[in-house]
Amino acid sequence: MIRAFGYNEFLFLLSAVQWTLMLSVIAFIGGGIVGLFVALGRTSDVKPLRLLATGYIQVFQGTPLLMQLFLVFFGATVIGIDMSPWVAAAVGLTLNTSAFLGEIWRGCIQSVPRGQWEAARSLGLRYPGLMRYVVLPQAVKVAVPPTVGYLVQVIKGTSLAAIIGFVELTRAGQIVNNATFQPFLVFSIVAAIYFALCWPLSLLSQRLEARYAAPSR
Amino acid sequence: MTMASEPTRDGVAPAMSADVVIRMEGVQKWYDHFQVLKDIDLEVHRGERIVICGPSGSGKSTLIRCINQLERHQKGRITVNGVELGPHHRQLDTVRREVGMVFQSFNLFPHLTVLENCMLAPMKVRGTTKAEAKATAIRYLERVRIPEQADKYPGQLSGGQQQRVAIARSLCMNPKVMLFDEPTSALDPEMVKEVLDTMIGLAEDGMTMLCVTHEMGFAKSVAHRVIFMDRGEIVEQNTPEAFFTDPKSERTRSFLGQILAH
Repeated sequence: MIRAFGYNEFLFLLSAVQWTLMLSVIAFIGGGIVGLFVALGRTSDVKPLRLLATGYIQVFQGTPLLMQLFLVFFGATVIGIDMSPWVAAAVGLTLNTSAFLGEIWRGCIQSVPRGQWEAARSLGLRYPGLMRYVVLPQAVKVAVPPTVGYLVQVIKGTSLAAIIGFVELTRAGQIVNNATFQPFLVFSIVAAIYFALCWPLSLLSQRLEARYAAPSR
Repeated sequence: MTMASEPTRDGVAPAMSADVVIRMEGVQKWYDHFQVLKDIDLEVHRGERIVICGPSGSGKSTLIRCINQLERHQKGRITVNGVELGPHHRQLDTVRREVGMVFQSFNLFPHLTVLENCMLAPMKVRGTTKAEAKATAIRYLERVRIPEQADKYPGQLSGGQQQRVAIARSLCMNPKVMLFDEPTSALDPEMVKEVLDTMIGLAEDGMTMLCVTHEMGFAKSVAHRVIFMDRGEIVEQNTPEAFFTDPKSERTRSFLGQILAH
């Protein structure tokens, strides 16, 4: 029954990396799109929007990601939608990522000096143009390092999708472990693979930060 | 409140009743419980050049910032070019298109070149074509005498050059009125003159100008009317000659004494 941990098991783990990456990319893109609106809501002049965005962020930052995945996965069943673990994980991670990115980007938007907003307004630019041509291009420069850094959190966060049964890297590790019963070896390798994914991103984030911190031009 | 004597400088005396570009009636504004503007009445005629001075915190910047609604007033009426500023966006958009503003801290867009700074609003707000916006931008950059900096970024320019670009950027929108909010206060002394010269050039072309500034030489040589504000009120307004030689109020006298002393 118990197999030895061999080359095939290692390949199985590696092939699961693609699902981890896929889920990360979806969470990151989806979270980025929703997160942009969260950030705009947080910095809005319209109070209800601001409160809504703030509440959204509080809820997702104030509860464990695992609970959010559970709620999406089981909540879908409650309201009669048959949701696969794959979709549930993607939705849950997207929502969670959007809250965190929204809060990071709020800070970046607010770091653009008031004078820039005033100059744009006094030139007659309305909110969409002001954001698109003046504020966001400046905010993006500030946002890139922490955003890349947060991608590391997203990748690690996908490991929780294992618990609702989505087979990504962590779940693959559990499966291999169940067959080989060498938990320390298996999970060391799983951890090493996560590290290999995340570490370059951390480095990149640090380098970007150093570059943008240097006086431009 | 409206002044009896009309501007007579340079032979272009704007007509008394006609052509009121800006009218403020009983304008009041509070920050929480602190009243920054107390019952401001002011009429600005086409072609008129007004200098507003006063101690810091007197409400002079707030007053001109209310004209393009960077600050909202809570009471009273402000009419710009016949459009009354109300809660609706449409009036506000109209007014902001017609009113240019120059800031103490320049506020050029650092991620855009000088030329792009000047082209942005005409293209995105007025919908002019790129070629047309570029031609206009170059024309005004020549007018402020820095066409050769067009492809540089604001960070590469001196303060005086940045402020001249900011003036050109405003002019590209072809405003009816220009507001200046302490345009030379952030400049090194040797750069003040180039900006003032640019403003004098504008004045000579008949631009309607409201300048918050402590450059009293500028006020003397360019302004039709000097307004002194203190504690949120217009304390005194007069022609520069009368204002500087024969100030009526004690507050004006003590203010002038302080700023003209050095």
